[in-house]
Amino acid sequence: MLRTFVRPALSTLNCKAASSTTGFKSGTKYGGKTTVTLIPGDGVGPEIAESVTTLFKEMSVPVEFEVVDLTKYTLRDDGAFNNAITSLKRNGVGLKGVLNRAGDFRTHNVEFRGNLDTYANVVRCMSYEGIKTHHTGIDLIAIRENTEGEYSCLEHESVPGVVESLKIITREKSMRIAKFAFDYALEHNRKKVTCIHKANIMKLSDGLFKRCCAETAELYPSIEYEEQIVDNTCQQLVINPTQFDVMVMPNLYGNLVSNLGAGLVGGAGLVPSKSYGDDIAVFEPGARHTWMEMKGMYVANPVAMVLSSAFMLKHIMLHEAGDNLITAVKKVLNKRTCQTRDLGGKATTREMTRAILAELHDLHA
Amino acid sequence: MFSGRICKLLGPTLVRHNHTVTLFPGDGIGPQISASVKEIFSTAEVPIEWEEHDVYPILEKNGKTRIPQPAVDSLFKNKIGLKGPMRTAIGKGHVSLNLTIRRTFGLYANVRPAKSIPGVKTPYSDEGVDCIIVRENTEGEYSGIEHTVVPGVVQSVKLITREASRNVAEYAFKYARDNNRSNVVALHKANIMNLSDGMFLDQCKEVAQKYQDIKFRDMYLDSACLKIVKDPGQFDVMVMPNLYGDILSDLTAGLIGGLGLAPSGNMGRDGLALYEAVHGTADDLVEKNKGNPTALLMSGLMMLRHMELNDHANKIEKAVLATLGERKVVTGDIGGRATNPEYTAEICRKILASS
Repeated sequence: MLRTFVRPALSTLNCKAASSTTGFKSGTKYGGKTTVTLIPGDGVGPEIAESVTTLFKEMSVPVEFEVVDLTKYTLRDDGAFNNAITSLKRNGVGLKGVLNRAGDFRTHNVEFRGNLDTYANVVRCMSYEGIKTHHTGIDLIAIRENTEGEYSCLEHESVPGVVESLKIITREKSMRIAKFAFDYALEHNRKKVTCIHKANIMKLSDGLFKRCCAETAELYPSIEYEEQIVDNTCQQLVINPTQFDVMVMPNLYGNLVSNLGAGLVGGAGLVPSKSYGDDIAVFEPGARHTWMEMKGMYVANPVAMVLSSAFMLKHIMLHEAGDNLITAVKKVLNKRTCQTRDLGGKATTREMTRAILAELHDLHA
Repeated sequence: MFSGRICKLLGPTLVRHNHTVTLFPGDGIGPQISASVKEIFSTAEVPIEWEEHDVYPILEKNGKTRIPQPAVDSLFKNKIGLKGPMRTAIGKGHVSLNLTIRRTFGLYANVRPAKSIPGVKTPYSDEGVDCIIVRENTEGEYSGIEHTVVPGVVQSVKLITREASRNVAEYAFKYARDNNRSNVVALHKANIMNLSDGMFLDQCKEVAQKYQDIKFRDMYLDSACLKIVKDPGQFDVMVMPNLYGDILSDLTAGLIGGLGLAPSGNMGRDGLALYEAVHGTADDLVEKNKGNPTALLMSGLMMLRHMELNDHANKIEKAVLATLGERKVVTGDIGGRATNPEYTAEICRKILASS
């Protein structure tokens, strides 16, 4: 039987976002168990969510999942969607799979982020010893502004055959994400923040974003700051990815860079992410793909979701449980004996889960 | 290795004895690497007469930017050109020079092949990269339409038109067929940008119907990024709007060794083609003449194949690949210590030795 301890909240920085050191203040707790919203999502989502619930049950983690299953509902069922939002707002923390449906106006994933204002998406791409990749020694953090930019979903066909799509950049949100990035870098002992932009072409919009980052950089003299154009960044990521530390960028570039980073360290199955709003944190796989064609076959790699849940545990101050889970996952990956399809092996989702469980038992043996 | 597969393009075959080709040397290392290309071509006895012109931006009273008329007339007359890297002065009020050139000549499709070069070792050399990016070159995010709605809120307009999308899709499929490529993939974000990227995707799907011999599929851009760094060999011809093409073509250049080695061609109306080096002006390398002419040279080879001067192209290509393969006389950006003239001389020596 595994035991978990709750550590006292660490001292906070002057950062409004519910980052890992702010301390999980809000939220629902009954009988010593924290209630966490769980949205399994579409495609392989339910299968990898099952890994998490299995592991938590075996570990006896004091977490109660409030499962909101959106798979059964049709596109028009706003009621179900609103229930999910309410649940997340009430609990203050959530674990979410990827949704594969389009709302009337924007996709549900985008709608979630907008409603909850989870403006900072943090994806850490770290190389694992046991995973064969083209590059090693990568440890970059991609911080993506997640509520505006190219994903504003404001489009119209002004005349037949001509479509305008608006990209919105505001000073307020740019300053907010810049501050988040620098605070995050400080909190996690990172040395450098790189602002990724295309201000040479989009002079006003990306120019504004860049200026906000530069202004914020002046408040953090201990952190090195540099700017890089996004196409050069993508080139550098495949030539020498170890040069990157923390990267901050608007929505679309963040999407590209986090997927690139995930690909560099072994794929979408390995990379978790955290999304922070002012009073809410949502944990989900970093590269958001539902893999619809493999639904029901239990071949997906649960590591991304399991690591996301580990970070979620750390967020709600169950540090030991979270750390144990992370250590167990790393051991399984480094041993290379159990590998799912994306890692070149044949293991099923459940076999991978059992391997992680075995490592967890060993840790406490 | 590159023979015939890169850029056999649409357009009339020039039937003159000596072809006249427009040359825009450009800025920074531009003039030096252009001189190298001219030297190598003349050593290989390529039947080309160069018509050199300077290109710089002229800001007109109505706010529009244009380039000098002699340069414009030359390229429209010759229909083939080679261009070095160009600098745009910041803050002088004019639009990027590269953008102005694209607009002036109606260059609607940008073709960027990325093929692993034997002798240039990258983490991706073993599995081999051989993909082509066809990028829409006139609109999209590069329309330059931005405004400050209220202080602190900026909107940038991405323009997608049915016509431009169709043109680039047609080009991509025709290119695939002419160059024996088996599949085309359209990259987009139509799940988020339903109308704009959706329209682009629809046009690609419609054109695909006419090319039943070419396999067509579409992929989300982020999925493509994920897959291309894990397994680039699965990609063949890729077609996409402007910004995605810009980003992804730099990525694929990185897979094969960097922008210093990547060729590029731009297609305009009526068979007009302008080949270019897409790297920067590298002003710091000018003094010691250490720029790498390979990108411009490779673009020149694409141009020769377009002109059906395949024998000359093959001869030069063999010499370049041999020089890069030996790694003895190569420039700094790929790990050597040679200057531009030394590298050029080595290639010329190999060309002479082989004839």
